[in-house]
Parts: sequence; C-alpha cells; structure tokens
Amino acid sequence: MLEVRQLTKRFGGVAAVSNVSFELKAGEIVGLIGPNGAGKTTLINVITGVHRASEGKVLFDGRNVTAQQPWQAARSGLARTFQIVQPFPGMTVLENVVAGALFAGRAASRAEADRAAMEHLEFVGLAHEAERPAASLTLPSRKRLELAKSLAMKPRLLMLDEVNAGLNTGEIDRALELMRAIAARGVTIVIVEHLMKVVFSLCQRVLVLHHGELIAQGEPRAVAKDEKVIEAYLGHKFAAKLKTMDGAAALAERAQEPVQGQTLGQAQGNAHG
Amino acid sequence: MLTLQILANGLVLGGLYACIAAGFSLVWGVLNVINMLHGSLIIFAGYLTYFAWANVQIHPLVSLLAVTGLMFLFGYVLQYLLINRVVKRPVLTTLTLTFGLDMMLYNFMNVVFEATPRRVTLNWGSVSLGDIVLPMDRLVAMALAFTLTGVLYAVMRASKAGRAIVAVRMDSDAAALMGIRIPRVYAMTFGIGAGMAGACGVLFAVAFPVTTNVSGLLLGKAFVVCVIGGLGSVPGALLGGLALGLIESFGGHWFGPQNAITLGFVLMLLLLMVRPTGLLGIKGYE
Amino acid sequence: MNKSIAAFIVVAAGIALTPWVADNYYVKLATFVAMYGALALSWNFIGGYTGYPSFATAAFIGLGSYAGALFQNAGVPLILAWLLAGVVTAAFAAVLGFAILRVKGHYFAVGSISVVEVLRLIASSWSGLTGGGDGLNVKILQGGADYAGRVFLFAMLAVMIATFAVTVWVERSRFGFGLKAIKQNEDAANMVGVNVSAYKIGAFTLSAVFCGITGAVYASWIAYIAPVDAFSILTTLKVPVMALLGGEGTIFGPVLGALVFVILEESIWARFLEANQAILGLTIVVLIFFLPGGLLRIDYRRIGRRLGMGRSGATGGAGGTAGTAGTSATSATSTGGTGGTGSNKDGRDA
Repeated sequence: MLEVRQLTKRFGGVAAVSNVSFELKAGEIVGLIGPNGAGKTTLINVITGVHRASEGKVLFDGRNVTAQQPWQAARSGLARTFQIVQPFPGMTVLENVVAGALFAGRAASRAEADRAAMEHLEFVGLAHEAERPAASLTLPSRKRLELAKSLAMKPRLLMLDEVNAGLNTGEIDRALELMRAIAARGVTIVIVEHLMKVVFSLCQRVLVLHHGELIAQGEPRAVAKDEKVIEAYLGHKFAAKLKTMDGAAALAERAQEPVQGQTLGQAQGNAHG
Repeated sequence: MLTLQILANGLVLGGLYACIAAGFSLVWGVLNVINMLHGSLIIFAGYLTYFAWANVQIHPLVSLLAVTGLMFLFGYVLQYLLINRVVKRPVLTTLTLTFGLDMMLYNFMNVVFEATPRRVTLNWGSVSLGDIVLPMDRLVAMALAFTLTGVLYAVMRASKAGRAIVAVRMDSDAAALMGIRIPRVYAMTFGIGAGMAGACGVLFAVAFPVTTNVSGLLLGKAFVVCVIGGLGSVPGALLGGLALGLIESFGGHWFGPQNAITLGFVLMLLLLMVRPTGLLGIKGYE
Repeated sequence: MNKSIAAFIVVAAGIALTPWVADNYYVKLATFVAMYGALALSWNFIGGYTGYPSFATAAFIGLGSYAGALFQNAGVPLILAWLLAGVVTAAFAAVLGFAILRVKGHYFAVGSISVVEVLRLIASSWSGLTGGGDGLNVKILQGGADYAGRVFLFAMLAVMIATFAVTVWVERSRFGFGLKAIKQNEDAANMVGVNVSAYKIGAFTLSAVFCGITGAVYASWIAYIAPVDAFSILTTLKVPVMALLGGEGTIFGPVLGALVFVILEESIWARFLEANQAILGLTIVVLIFFLPGGLLRIDYRRIGRRLGMGRSGATGGAGGTAGTAGTSATSATSTGGTGGTGSNKDGRDA
C-alpha cells in the first residue's frame, strides 16, 4: 500500500531523515519508534507532504506521491494526527470533525457530513461535547477529537503521532481499545510511540529510527533484542554491559510493563545519568 | 562620470532611507505593529524644526537633540496609553488603529501648519568631489543619518534597555520569564521608533522641503526598506535603505524619475513572493 | 441567518424606494450606501471569512474604473462594459493572488497596499492609455440628472444584491466552510483536505470582481476618473473599517457597517470640513477599542439588562443574527445560540 524508497530530508546541512526505505501492507498495524529526535515526525511530515523530500520517493498504491500537498494526501486516504493537537479553535467540536468529513471525507453534502461527524464523535466518546467550542476541551478530549477528525477523513492509512503523550494509564487503555477498533475496521495504522506497552500489545511490526536512519524493522520482540536498537536507546556503554549480562531478554520483558508512567525514553535518560 | 554621480546620489538617499526605516523596522519587528504614523511623525518633527528655525532662529542641528527627545516621549506615552492595549491583536486591528491615529495627526498638521512646503534654507552650497557634485545640506543629512543609525545600533547592543528589546524581539515569553517588563519594553521601543522618526524629521528638514504631502511617501519607503532588509534589525535597515537608494537612483536614470518609485514597490512585491524575510533573512512575524 | 437576510431585504428595499420618497441628495446618498455595501461585502470574502487582511480594495476599484471607462469609450454598451471590467479585475486578482497569498498577516497587508500604489503610479505615467494625471473623461449618460441618478442607484443596488447573494452562498457552502477553517488554522485546514491555495485565490478573486464592477459603474456615474481618486488609499482603508464596524465574517455586518458609516460621514464629518479626516480617524480609534467585534456582535441583552430594561428588548434579535459558524468562540452564553454558535459576546479577534 505504502512504499517509501530511500527517503531523505535535509534541513540546511542536517539530515533529519536519511535513506529510509520500507513498505506497508494494507491492514497492518506498524509501530514507529526511536529515541527523541530520531526523525519520526519528520518522516510522517514528508510522507504526507508537509515537507518536500530532498531525495527518494513515496508511493501510495503504486502512485508516485512524493511531491504532493498535504491536502492531496488527505484526499487520497492518508490521514495523520499531530503530536501537538491542531484543532480549529473557534469552531465547535462537531464542526471540527465536520471539517474532516466534508473535505477529505468527501461528504456529498453538509447534512451528510454532520451525520458522519456525529457518528465519529460517538465512536470516540465525545458525542456529548459536540456543541462545545473546541478550545474548551481538556487534553485527553482534544486527542480524541483529533482522532475523530482523522477518522472522518475516511483514511485508508492513518498515522498517529504520539496520541498517548500526556495521558494517564486509564486513558491510555481506552485509547488502545479505540485503536484496535479502528484497525478492525480495516484501516492501516502507523503509530509513533514511546510507550513500549502500547507498541508491544498493538503492533505486528515495528520500525526503529535513530538519527534519521532506519536501523531495524521486524516483530516487536525481535527488534527489542536487536543490538543496534538497544544501543540507540541506552547508549554505547550500557549496551556493551548488557551484552555480557544477557539482560537483553530481561529488558525486552521489562519494557512491556508500565513503570508508573515512565517511558522508555525516560529509562534511557536514567541509564545515561 | 555620470555613473558615479548617480551612485553618489543613491548613497545619499540611501542613508536617509536607512534612518527612516530603522525606527519603523524596530517597532514592527519587536511589537509586531505596523506604525502607520511613522511618516507623519517625521514630517511633524520637520515642522517643529522649521518653525524653531523660522521663528526663534534655532539652528536645526541644535534642535536635533530636543526634537528627538520630545518625539521619544510622545511615542512612549502614545504606546503606553493606547497602542499597548491592542498589541496582541491581529494585524488588521493594529494597522487600522495606527492608520486612524495617523489621520488625526495628519489633519492636525494640515490645519495648524498648512500644507505649503516649508524650506529651511541654510545656503550651504555644494561640494565637489572630482566629477561628483552634491548639495552640502544633503551630504550633512546623510552623514548624520548614518551616524544616527550607528548610534541606534550601539544602543541596541550595549545598553540594558537595548538588550531587553532584542530579547523581547526574539522571544517575548522567555523574556517575560526572565523578569523583563514587556509593556515597558514595548513603550521604550515605540519611543525609540518615534525618536528616530523625530531625528529623521530634523535631517529631512535640513535637506528637503517639509510638507504633509510627502508623509505617505516616506512611509512607503519604510515599508520597502523593511521588506528588502528584514525586520527589527538595524543592519537590515541600513542594507535595505542603501539598496533602495541605489535602485531609485539608477532606476530613475534609466526609466525616468516617476518610475523610480514604482520600481521600488515592484521589487518589494517580488521579494514578498520569493523571500519575505529580506536579504538578511531575518524573520518578522507573519 | 434568516434574520440577516430579512435585515438586508429591508435595507435594499429602502434604497430602492429612495427616488420616490426623497430628493436627489438622498438618492445620491443611497447610491453611496449601495456602493459601499457592495465593496464591504466584497472585502468580507478575503478579509472576513478567510482572515487575510486585504488592503487591495482600491486597486480593484481603480482597475475596474479604468477598464470600464476604456471599454465604454471604445463603444461597448454600458452594462457589458461594466461586466467586462469585472472580468478584467477578476483575472488580475487571480494572477496577483497566486503571487501574494503565499504570505500572511503583515506581509500580505503591506503587499496589498503596495499594489494600490503601484497601480496608481502606473496609471499616472501611462498617459497614452489612461490620460495620465489628467485623468479620463467618460461619456455622460443621456436623459437628464434625475434619470441618470436613478439608473446608477439601481445599478449599484444590483451589484450590492449580487454580492450579497454570493455571500449567502459562501456562508452556506463547503467553500465557505473551508475559508473559515483556513482563517482558524491554515495548516490544519490543509491537513483535512482543503486545497488552501485554490480556496484563497478563489476568495481573493471574489473579493475583486464586484469591486471591479463597482468601480466601472462609479466611473460612468461620475463621468471622470483620475489616478488619485481611482486608487485612493483612503477608500482602501474605509472599506475594511466599514466591514469591521458592522461585523466582519458575518453576512449582514458589512452592509450594516456601510450604512452606518455613510450616515455618520454625511451627518457629522461633512459638517466639520476641515477636521473631517481627524474625526474619521478618531472614529476608527473608538471603533477599535469599543467595538472589537462590530455592531452585530454586541451583546445587546447584556447591555439591556445593565440599563435595567429587563429581558431582551427590541434589539435583542441582533445578538443572534451573526449567523457565523464560529468566529467568536469564547464563552458562549449558556442559552446556547442557534446552530451551536451562540455568538452573543462581543467577539475577540481570533
């Protein structure tokens, strides 16, 4: 469905994304992980047309969409959410979702868009807030609004950029259920995440980015044991230590437990410190 | 040689343009406010200079300091009382507000001073450097304009107030967290802008006739220089001013004097499309 | 929204009836109301709905004036000349918009003002075509002053009605929704599938076409145009002020603003000829400070309560007529307005 070939994006002299190649098949749930600053959001930005690729190609259903505008990506079935949510602040919650339905979602009329929007709001559990100004929502609700908006766009491929940042454990569990339900509807999902719990329980495949390069891809457990991945997250010294201790397997298991909200990124920080 | 003369003319104009734009650019870059009053402030100072010279025989170069100080105060108070309240609002609001204030000042000047051109005649004659002939008054105005721009640059770099202004320009939230009082900085910036306009007005009066008819023209120059040179930076205003001066001088020679001004505007429009941050690449607010 | 349409019909009917209830002075005044109404509604497309502060109105008016005058002098029938002027202006706006809509906010504002200046300078120097600074004379309409007065009254009224009709369409359509989305968050609009470039250029072109036709009608009416009047910086500022006065981003606001502005100008400012520019300036200052959302967004109920008049009052309807899909979002009143907008508080600029 989506094919990325040797994609590179440079800002000035720095390559934020470097020679990344991978394929996505319809119906997959793929995790995109990597330490902070690895280039995950930039990769999504280039795929959806927010930034223009410096080199390489993006093919969606076989068509070359490398130079597309974000709205073109949206209309062809490529939706994404933002790490920092981007609502239409002056509009109501309903109108925000209608925006998704009316344009990328190709609703035939405003009435149809309204109906579709309400359905999606019910799906994410925000139907009771439909008439409130979007700016007045709490953060978890805003994330759900963002999700509803992207669903209204009738995506075939949905890229979720850290939808769970800032949520507590209970909210994360609910979000997980939502995402499984979305996948059950046939939407291919790419999820950028720091929480290993989410990645391990949801994703069939994982792509690991580090300094803009794709250093590993495969099943979650296999990736977790991959030397390069461990080194990327924990640093050279600790990784070397770990090799001798055979702690890699232990680490992979430990990564599945939520340590009171601590993410792998924070564990990385602790390891360095 | 004719080219040298045109070059010299361009540089003379350019120095004045740089000075005119420096204050305007500062206000735009720091406060995010387009000060439509700027041209009228220059002319107002010009009138003050003229009447001081005509009625009380005060030499313009002597009144330079007093007029600048007076205008600084005027700007400071104006900002603190009025403009501060709308600083956070979108450009439509702030531009319309300053335009409205400008209309009041313009009308006031027309009624009190009358639009007939007032000329401070100093009879300094001309200066010849090889083939180049330059009127002395314009040369002096240019020299002072450059000096003034340099002084502003030094003030911005070296003084506490200047550093605070630069900090606010870069990141007003961070500056506030550092304990900088934003409203004071804004008022100071606007005051400096008005003060610079005042100084420019004195210099303008030395070299050109003073009349309300040209206040819009001067404002237009300030716009163009800001887009060419970049916002909120004195080197940018200098670069932009010199560039505009040269463009107008050469353009006027090749295409005719009235088309010189058009050329400046067209260049600005082209730049807006291609590189709105100006030649020095300094980002203004959107 | 129906209240707005009803209010508009009242104003339009009032204008239409003027020749039979008042003398030529009032007919002329009504013609100006219609003209400025059309201009303010035009500006509303790009400035109100899309949020791009355009000061290019005078550029379009001037261009339309000259185009209309030249077509008319070349023998083209009157109404066709006006319509062609509109086409020319629209084409110009589309090309210009492609270039200038790449930048936002301040840069866009400054760029749009410069276009007015550039066109004025070109009109002044291209004497072969435009008569230069001396201006252009246009054939005067035959039939006497009363007849002419009525012709131009109805011509301007027709333009205003057409502009209003398009405004209503925009308000209800997918296109209008897209414009509002662009105003709120252009990047997000792009992300949900709005072709932002095309939409912006579309709004800009719409904002130009009726200005062009108005300019052409004006040129025929006054029978003379010159660069300084055709490309007037004062006009290019007055028009957005009228829209702001009534309420930008609404369908009736610009018309209301034009009406109030023209009445104010005639009754107050013309009396103080010497100071009229200063008074206009003062009015603008007062408007900015006390009427940030325009007349239509004032919470009349709240004022009524404060003045002890009890619930609502005759003007209570005005609070709900805004009919916008959310340009003023902050703290909607708890009664929840029609269509989920409840825009009763005087809106703060987004």
